[in-house]
Amino acid sequence: MSRVFVSGLGAVSPAGWGVPALRAALAAGEPLPIQGIERPGWYRPLRARLVPDPSPRPAWQTHPRLRRASLLTHYVAAAAMEALGQNCLDPARPPRLGLIVCLQSGCVQYSYRFYKEVLEAPATASPLLFPETVFAAPASHVSTLLGNVSLAVTLLGDPAVFLLGVALVADWLKEERVDLGLVVGAEEANWLRADAIWHFDRACVSSAGAGCVCLSRNAVQSMGVELETMTDAQTYLSSRSRRQSAQAMRQQLEAGSADELLCDGLQGCRRLDAPEQEAWQNWPGSRLSPKRVLGEGLMAASGWQCVAACDALARGDFKAAALSIVGCNQQAIGARFVRANGVAQE
Amino acid sequence: MLFPLPVRKGPAPRVVVTGAGIVTAYGAGWRANAEGFRAGRTAFRPITLFDVSRQRSKMAAEADLPDTLPPTRLPARQLKRLDRASRILLLAAHEAWRQAGWEPTENLPLVLGTTAGGMLLGEEYFKRAVGSPRGHHGQPTRALHYQPQTQGRVIAEALGFCGPLFIIANACASGGNALGKAWEMVRAGRTGRVLAGGYDALSQLVFAGFDSLQCISPGSCRPFDTHRDGLSIGEGAAVVALETHDSAHRRGAEIIGELIGYGSTMDRHHLTQPHPEGEASLAAMQRACEVAQVNPADIDYVNAHGTGTQLNDSSEAAAINRWAGHRAATLPVSSTKAGIGHLLGGAGAVEAVVCLMALREQWLPPETRVETPDPICRFPLVRQPTDARCGVALSNSIGFGGANATLILRRHA
Repeated sequence: MSRVFVSGLGAVSPAGWGVPALRAALAAGEPLPIQGIERPGWYRPLRARLVPDPSPRPAWQTHPRLRRASLLTHYVAAAAMEALGQNCLDPARPPRLGLIVCLQSGCVQYSYRFYKEVLEAPATASPLLFPETVFAAPASHVSTLLGNVSLAVTLLGDPAVFLLGVALVADWLKEERVDLGLVVGAEEANWLRADAIWHFDRACVSSAGAGCVCLSRNAVQSMGVELETMTDAQTYLSSRSRRQSAQAMRQQLEAGSADELLCDGLQGCRRLDAPEQEAWQNWPGSRLSPKRVLGEGLMAASGWQCVAACDALARGDFKAAALSIVGCNQQAIGARFVRANGVAQE
Repeated sequence: MLFPLPVRKGPAPRVVVTGAGIVTAYGAGWRANAEGFRAGRTAFRPITLFDVSRQRSKMAAEADLPDTLPPTRLPARQLKRLDRASRILLLAAHEAWRQAGWEPTENLPLVLGTTAGGMLLGEEYFKRAVGSPRGHHGQPTRALHYQPQTQGRVIAEALGFCGPLFIIANACASGGNALGKAWEMVRAGRTGRVLAGGYDALSQLVFAGFDSLQCISPGSCRPFDTHRDGLSIGEGAAVVALETHDSAHRRGAEIIGELIGYGSTMDRHHLTQPHPEGEASLAAMQRACEVAQVNPADIDYVNAHGTGTQLNDSSEAAAINRWAGHRAATLPVSSTKAGIGHLLGGAGAVEAVVCLMALREQWLPPETRVETPDPICRFPLVRQPTDARCGVALSNSIGFGGANATLILRRHA
């Protein structure tokens, strides 16, 4: 069997830049303060949790490819760089990297600005903005920043796609096409995206950021965490509801025990949460719900969930962690990560 | 289960195509398209889908869609709500499905490439959110239906299957990479069958985007012509049914062709410009050949990415020259974008199906509007309708942002 280890974690969230900030916010357990995003033509602002500016500004932000890049690209870059961390220290032997960027909304800020210009005066719409609106732009920029990316894919879909990205990287590792694989889930905030989320549940708080896991076949590089299992993609159809898909996903994972963690996607929105809440009602262990603290980050939130689960395992808090991602309009997928202490080098 | 990975016993299986569906500005279906590609017709005309009166360019290759869609499992209410991208995709998927003779099933992966999904609906969402901020009617539906996963789910619902849905957005190489990833999934033993393809409908944002970069031809594109003046945008989709050779043989399915190689690489040169010497494109061709265990002498036709921009075509020509070596002098190359435009996320999949047509019917698709081939091309451009023996074809996709894909297909005799 081909084993897949977690070698690094990275995060950008409304709690700040880096995994320590995410960890501290989740440990505190208090929902972060909500900010208002002005919605043109409407008196009531939309609710959001925004990512603070980085302090100090990371040196890589001065890279020529990133100077005009979107915030989305900056989030992806920061999470990827942090997750890669110590894994790329030997410049004489750079590992072959695979990069998967998972997005649902993509670069909404530049898309909004560019399309607004198109409607106002198409002949003068900015040629600098358009390239950044392309879904593949963050993967392109970050591949250049990292330098040794041999494979890069941008995946679209609902938040459960983050785990499809992990499955694809597992394939690449098995076939030895890459030495390390980065899976990043990311989103950026703007009023249009917050507006769309508002349409589905008024209690939802839109948020932004990125979460990244770095995967490897090499146990020596690992944080002592490995992927044990991932369920099928339980796709929503007219004949299979979101609730049924969540149940099917749950049934494919182990029952759990008191010393295990469930990292779920609950956020305090009754209607959206109901299928997942029901599927996991008998979970016997601890629970962590990053979205309750950070907000609805869509693909970024899947990244945070995965990072939080793996971080808790790496710190020895639990022996195993179940990850539950019940996506909003595509599929439910779950995974189980376990501690991999004392494993021999592959 | 998506993990652990299944352990494949023995060598990787052969992967064949048992169904192929296509929609372009030539029409819907294999026959209409085969006739168009074989003759090298051009299908550009003034855009009617959105206002281009204030754009520099005003032409594109719009697809004429039939008024009624083929009978599927979709209820009339859902059919009525389908956006243009979903309709295009459904037409192509239905043709591939019917041709393959597949039955409704569980756990059939769907791998799609797109750059914009249902962007026309996204644009409508934007206009209403900005223009009538207090009017929310229909906005949730628009927000849902513009997302590509909704279009993927429509296909699954319509044809009666379910399974993991991968949507690859590697810009203009999305379709090529979708077929490549699907091929890898079968070879790795993850699945015995995959439905895969690429699609994109015309949208104002994307058209205006390329126009803002001043890379759209004011007339019709002429890839690899010395006097080429930009690309032309088109719309369409292609979907293929991929399965193991054993599976197809067992059930007596007609085999349209075989996908034997795939290479993907990343060009880190620039966000919108390929490396001038085509380094990544060259590497993708080499990788695909290595996997397919063929060399340039074995290739009978190259369907180039060939957008018609100065930078793309010179870079790709350099890559083909270097990859083909002495073989370049006699290796027929053409870009079918000359007839139907650049289909963006659909391009790689559509061009793979064009290769299947060439392999099956033994002709090469010409670029009839090329007058003066760029001297950088050391290879002969196919400029006239040509009947030819064609056993192996190679198709290139070069993506905005640097994603590249090369597919190699073989005739199944």
